[in-house]
Amino acid sequence: ADMDLFGDLRRMNKRQLYYQVLNFAMIVSSALMIWKGLIVITGSESPIVVVLSGSMEPAFHRGDLLFLTNFHDDPIRAGEIVVFKVEGRDIPIVHRVIKIHEKENGNIKFLTKGDNNEVDDRGLYKEGQNWLEKKDVVGRARGFLPYVGMVTIIMNDYPKFKYALLAVMGAYVLLKRES
Amino acid sequence: LRKNVEDFTGPRERSDLGFVTFDITADILNGDKGLQSIFDWNVKQLFLYLSAEYSTKNNALNQVVLWDKIMLRGDNPRLFLKDMKSKYFFFDDGNGLKGNRNVTLTLSWNVVPNAGILPLVTGSGHVSVPFPDTYETTKSY
Repeated sequence: ADMDLFGDLRRMNKRQLYYQVLNFAMIVSSALMIWKGLIVITGSESPIVVVLSGSMEPAFHRGDLLFLTNFHDDPIRAGEIVVFKVEGRDIPIVHRVIKIHEKENGNIKFLTKGDNNEVDDRGLYKEGQNWLEKKDVVGRARGFLPYVGMVTIIMNDYPKFKYALLAVMGAYVLLKRES
Repeated sequence: LRKNVEDFTGPRERSDLGFVTFDITADILNGDKGLQSIFDWNVKQLFLYLSAEYSTKNNALNQVVLWDKIMLRGDNPRLFLKDMKSKYFFFDDGNGLKGNRNVTLTLSWNVVPNAGILPLVTGSGHVSVPFPDTYETTKSY
């Protein structure tokens, strides 16, 4: 069976190769469109995030997947789980809101804390920053799936695994014959 | 759901610091399912928290979590706690606690499923805590 596979590859003419490449490009484009669509529907720049630390245990563990929404009119209230980014840093943090002070005009400042942490997050904020604001929020956690995000963590920690996975996927798509 | 509270405010340089002691008697039930226990096959744990909500001159809405507890599947869904002190410092953003008659304490919880939606539920029953008009300088906490 192996010999047949390589025989096929040699016999494939250029037209079939281009066809397969286009097929592959369509799959990638569709995936991107679905992702962009999710960004629009949820209002969040990152509607699906992977939990990276154990600071929210035992509710969430490293590798769990969280689904976020970030509707502009959704008020931020104590007890909610928010995903936020500290100004100047790229890593999103998933913690709970423990204090809010909201003015009549809707301006709000709030404090967060990981369930599994002893102290609140002031130590994580920017130097001199004591509160978070709406603009720091990536989204509110609305749903979750355990373990599923482990794949991205493994791909991050072991880049060879990522390349191997991509190579296998690429080979599969290019060599697949439609019957 | 019943709470009894005792409170006072301590003077601090810029912001009022409130001290509250409370009792909690509660049964956590799943209202949608006709008062069955909240712990069904898809509930991994509950994150319970007692929050104080009030308005001040400075801010139209303030919410401060005073106390929280994690209840795992298998734990008894009844709470019977007495003389609890708040876990976290009850600082106001300003001096809005002194003389504030309308501070409401509510017990709420975040249902964490094994997989699926993460709802926030507020318990029925809440208690109003009036703060006195003067600061306490001698009371110890």
